[in-house]
Amino acid sequence: VKFGVVRFPGTCDDVDALDAAKRVAEAEFLWHADPDLHGVDAVVIPGGFSYGDYLRAGAIARFAPVMESVIEFANAGGIVLGICNGFQILCEAGLLPGALLPNTSLKFVFRQVELVVADATTPFTRASPERLSIPVKHTTGRYYSPEPVPVVLRYARGENPNGSQDDIAGVCNEAGNVFGLMPHPEHAVDDLTGSTDGLTIFESIKQHVSGHALV
Amino acid sequence: MRARVLVRPKAGILDPQGQAVERALPALGFSGAANVHVGRLIELDVEDPAQLPAMCERLLVNPLIEDYEIVESVPTHAGT
Repeated sequence: VKFGVVRFPGTCDDVDALDAAKRVAEAEFLWHADPDLHGVDAVVIPGGFSYGDYLRAGAIARFAPVMESVIEFANAGGIVLGICNGFQILCEAGLLPGALLPNTSLKFVFRQVELVVADATTPFTRASPERLSIPVKHTTGRYYSPEPVPVVLRYARGENPNGSQDDIAGVCNEAGNVFGLMPHPEHAVDDLTGSTDGLTIFESIKQHVSGHALV
Repeated sequence: MRARVLVRPKAGILDPQGQAVERALPALGFSGAANVHVGRLIELDVEDPAQLPAMCERLLVNPLIEDYEIVESVPTHAGT
């Protein structure tokens, strides 16, 4: 199983995302200007400030050459994980429903949060425990959707760091193969930083993809 | 042609920036200001103004969370 981690100018969590993926499978970087996905089995769009987050977070990155291929890959059922800025990009690209708005507090939040898995049957959570402890760090993380959406992760009661609708921390598309979340699983993969719960997201993807490969 | 696009947070969506500004005004001694909203102003030269709505829908605006208003034929900035 091979993960591809996309790098845009301004991405900053790419190295941690690559490291996290390599703890469960193979992984390599994908460059924003290169539409070739190099035969990866799953795409990770990591956090950061792609193209400076000018205009709106994720609005410009959505038109990068690599994104045209990611959209094609996703529409063909490929597994796509968007973390933080990656979540914002996937919403802007229309691969996920809804949008991310500035935190209600207008402040940058950076802390460990407790998450509740709302759907443990997805390709992204099948190996996860019921609750996860994973850090968040963002200014634009208030999830909003005018329509009901498939919720995968919620902030535990009292833990909502940004004012998101219904405590939503992560959502997937109707088909269930594209997932975006504001918390950073790639920063929770080693006991050194207090939790390895983030690894279960990458492990879930690996299990899902290898299951498909056996068919 | 110089055009202007005014982008506003959609009605009904919480606008913490507007609220923060609204709270700051009385602190400076200004009274009677209410319903403050903070948006974005985009000015551009366009050859074909008929393309402006598509530009808004595809890039300049996120129609899910923002409303926009196009103003055509605005004066060019001095010095631009």
